[in-house]
Amino acid sequence: MAVPEVAVTAVDEGFWTRTRKTGAVVLALGLLAAVLFGALATDQQARFTLSETEGGAALEINGTVGAILFGLIAAAAGAALLAGVPKRWFTLLLGVGLVGFVLSFLCWQVSAAPAGSNFMPLVNVVRNTFVLALPLIFGALAGVLCERSGVVNVAIEGQLLMGAFSGALFGSISGSVWVGLVAAAIGGAFISLLLAVFAIRYLVDQVVMGIVLNLLAVGITGFLYERLMQTDATKYNSAPRFGTWEIPLLKDIPLIGPALFRSNIFLYLGLLLVLVIHFALFRTRWGLRTRSVGEHPTAADTLGVKVLRLRYRNVIMAGLVAGVGGASYTLALFSFTKNMIGGKGFIALAALIFGRWSPTGALLAALFFGFADQLATYLGAIGSSIPSQFLAMLPYLATILAVAGLVGRVRAPAADGKPYIKG
Amino acid sequence: MEPGEIHALLGENGAGKSTLMNVLYGLYQPDEGEILVDGRPLKLKGPSDAIAAGIGMVHQHFMLVPVFTVAENVMLGAEQVKGGFTGFLDRRRARREVAEVSERYNLRVDPDAVIEDLPVGIQQRVEIVKALTREVDLLILDEPTAVLTPQETEELLAVMRSLKAAGKSIVFITHKLGEVKAIADRITVIRRGKTVGTASPSASRDELAALMVGRSVRLTVDKKPATPGKPILEVSGLVVDDDRQVRAVDGVDLTVHAGEVLGIAGVQGNGQTELIEAVMGLRPVLAGTVTLDGETVHGWPTKKVLRAGVGYVPEDRSVDGLVKEFSVAENLVLDIYDRPPFGKGLSLKPDAIAQSAKERIEQFDVRTSSADAPVGTLSGGNQQKVIVARELSRPLKLFIAAQPTRGVDVGSIEFIHSRVIRERDIGTAVMVVSSELDEVIGLADRIAVMYRGRIIGVVSPDTPREEIGLLMAGITPDTAAAAPEGPGNEDNA
Repeated sequence: MAVPEVAVTAVDEGFWTRTRKTGAVVLALGLLAAVLFGALATDQQARFTLSETEGGAALEINGTVGAILFGLIAAAAGAALLAGVPKRWFTLLLGVGLVGFVLSFLCWQVSAAPAGSNFMPLVNVVRNTFVLALPLIFGALAGVLCERSGVVNVAIEGQLLMGAFSGALFGSISGSVWVGLVAAAIGGAFISLLLAVFAIRYLVDQVVMGIVLNLLAVGITGFLYERLMQTDATKYNSAPRFGTWEIPLLKDIPLIGPALFRSNIFLYLGLLLVLVIHFALFRTRWGLRTRSVGEHPTAADTLGVKVLRLRYRNVIMAGLVAGVGGASYTLALFSFTKNMIGGKGFIALAALIFGRWSPTGALLAALFFGFADQLATYLGAIGSSIPSQFLAMLPYLATILAVAGLVGRVRAPAADGKPYIKG
Repeated sequence: MEPGEIHALLGENGAGKSTLMNVLYGLYQPDEGEILVDGRPLKLKGPSDAIAAGIGMVHQHFMLVPVFTVAENVMLGAEQVKGGFTGFLDRRRARREVAEVSERYNLRVDPDAVIEDLPVGIQQRVEIVKALTREVDLLILDEPTAVLTPQETEELLAVMRSLKAAGKSIVFITHKLGEVKAIADRITVIRRGKTVGTASPSASRDELAALMVGRSVRLTVDKKPATPGKPILEVSGLVVDDDRQVRAVDGVDLTVHAGEVLGIAGVQGNGQTELIEAVMGLRPVLAGTVTLDGETVHGWPTKKVLRAGVGYVPEDRSVDGLVKEFSVAENLVLDIYDRPPFGKGLSLKPDAIAQSAKERIEQFDVRTSSADAPVGTLSGGNQQKVIVARELSRPLKLFIAAQPTRGVDVGSIEFIHSRVIRERDIGTAVMVVSSELDEVIGLADRIAVMYRGRIIGVVSPDTPREEIGLLMAGITPDTAAAAPEGPGNEDNA
C-alpha cells in the first residue's frame, strides 16, 4: 500500500531553545560565582574532611582558587549548553553546572570561616542530607504511587503524621518495633483509604480532600497526643527504636560507608523502595496499567483494566509507604510530638513534581532539598554571613523554577486529579 | 452477522449506533434484550468479556495512551509477562507480535513510535492492530472515517477488504452514504434507537438517506450563483500558535468578499480552528494583519470584533457556543445582553429578553418546551439553531461558521444551510469551516484548502472531489507529478 507518509514536523523553537535558555542561566551563575565568590573567598585553605572531625584525610583547595575554578567549571558547562549540544548531554551538563556553582560557593564560605571551623566534615553532611531527605523520599514515593494512577495526593503530610503517630502509640503499647512499623503503615493507609473513598467513589475534589485530610490528621493525632501521650508518656509515647544496622563490607567504603551503611532500617528501606517502585512502574504489568490509568483511563477501561480497583489499590499502597515514612521519625529518632511532620509532606509533594513524577527523580529532588536543609544548618554553625532563612528558602525557589519549566518540561500524568466516571 | 461480512450500520448522529455498539463491547449494560454469539446468549460484564468473546472495537475517539509507544498500547490489558508473580513485561514479544500482525494484514506501524507523534491515520491503524492481536472475529469500527482524508479513507477501505478476506466480520458505523455503498455487504439503518430497515448496497443514495431520516431529503444545497462585492475580510501573512505553542497557522492570506461564501476545507487539526479564533480575537496574532471592511481588527478584544459586525458560530457548541445551564432565552442574548433593549445600566430587562426569544424561536424553528428551558436539554440540532439565531440577529458584515452542522440531524442541517445561503444573498461575507467535504462543496462559492497551517490551494466547488482530497493530504498538482502513485482510487464511491 502506498501511504502518503505524513512526517511529524519538529517544533521550530528558533534559536532560544530550552537548552540554550538553561545554558545562558547556568553560564551567568557560573561567571557570577567565579567573580563574586572568588573575590569574597580568602587565601585560607578550604578543607573538606572525609571524617566527622577536623583531622584525618581531607580534600583541600585554596579558597580563592577553588571559588574561581569551580565557578569557571560551572560557566563552561553553561557555555556548552548555550553552544548547542545533543539532548542527552543536557542533564549531565546541568548537573555539572549546578554542582560547580555550589562548590564555588562552599570554597568561599569554608575559607572565610573563622579559624578552627574552616573545614567541612563531608561524612556528616552526606549522612544528614540523607536523614533530612528520608521523610521526603517516602512522601514523594507515596505521591508517585498515587498520582501515576491519576489521584492527586495532597494528603502526604497527613499520611506521614498518622504513620508517625500510630507507630509511636502501638510501638509503645506493644513494646515491639515491628508492631510499631506495621501499625505506622496501617495508620498511613487509613488516611489514604479516606482519600480513596472520597476521591474515587464520591468524586470529591482531590486537592480539597487532601487538605481536609491533613487537617484531620493534625486534629486526631493532636487530640490523642494530649489525652494519652502527655498524661502517660511512658506507657503511650516511649516506643522502642530501631538500632543501627551496619552492612558488612559496604560500611568500610570511605565517606559513603560511614555516611550511608551505618544507618537504620528506614534508610535502607527507602532506597530499596525507590528502586523497586521505579522498576515496577516502568517494567511490569502493574506499572504499565498504573501509568495507562493515570494518562487515559477510558482507554485502559476499554482494554479490560479495572480502573477504579487499580486506583484504590495504588492510593492505599501510597498510604502504607507514607506511613512507614512517618515511622522513620518515631521508631528511630524522636518520640511523638504534636504536628511533628511540620510541612515535610508538602516539601515531598514539591520533590515529586521536581522529580517529574518518577521515583528516581523524586529521590534526587529529595536529596537536593535535604542538602539545602543541611547546608543551612552547617552555615549557621560556622557563623556564615548568609542568613540561614535565605538558604531554607532555596528548595522552594528551586521547585518554582522547576515547575516554571527550567529543568525540562514538567508534565503531570494527563488524568491526574480527574475522577473517572464510566461511560 | 456472518463470518467475513462487512455490515454497515447507518444512521444520523444521535440515532443510537454508538450506544448499541458500546453495549456490544460491554461498556454499557443493556436494560433488556440479549446478545447471541454462535447461537448462545452472551452476558457481557465489561470489555474484557467482549474481547474474550472475540469482539474488538475501534472507537470514534481513539483509545490510545498518547505518551505510550505503539507496542505498549497494543499490549496494555493483555500483557505478555515473564518472571511469574512479578509481572515483568516481555517487551520483545510484544514488539514481535505487533510486527507479525502488521505484516499479516499489511498494516505498517513502527512498534516503538510514540502515539502522540503519529498522524491520526496511523493512530487508527494502531487501534486496528490492537484489536487484531487480541484475535477478534468481529471488529466494530465506530465512525472510522470522520478524521481521515479521502485518501486515508481509501486505505482504510482497502484494509477492511483484506480483513474480510481473512474471514473477519466487521461492523462499520457511519453516516456517510458513499462509503457504505462502496464497501458494505449488508446495511442496517437505525433511527431514534430502532432498526428501521435493512438494505443492500445497491440501493440508491436517496433511498438510504430517506430511510435514515424518515423522509426524503435534499442532499444538495439550493443556491443561485454568488454576486461577490467588495472585500470584507482580508487576512494577510497571519501566524498563530496553538495551545501547545506549536505553530498552527503559518502565513495565511485570504480574502472574503461581500455576498460570497468562502469554504475552508481540510482535515481537522490543520490550523482551521486557530485561524478562526485569531480572526475573532480569541487567540493572539503573532504576525500578519486582519482587516474587516478596511479597518484593522487584529489585537481587538473579541467583544469589539463582534460589535463591529461579525457573527460567529464556534466549532464546539457545548463548550464555546452556549452556557448549557442558562435558558434558551438567555443564550439568545448572550452577545447583546448589556445593550438596549435587553439591558440598561446594571439591570437586565427580562420582558424584552422573553419577547425577543419568542420571536427567534419561531423564526429559527427551535424546538424547545419553553424559552425558559435550560439550553442543555435541547437536542444538538436545536442547540445549534439557538446559536445561529443569536448570531444572525445582529446586522452583520461577516459571518463565520465553524463546523456549523457537526452532530446535527439532517433536518436541522438543511435549515442551517439555507440560512447560511440567505445570509450570503443579503450581501454578508460568509466563511464556513467544515471537515465535511460535502458540506464545504455544497455551500461554498470558493474553497480554500488548509494543510499544516497554510492555504495550499483555492479552488472552485466544481473541482472533482479527488483533487480536493489530494490537496487536503498536502498534495498539490505540481508535487503530485513527483510523488509515487497514490493508493488505489479505482473503487471510489
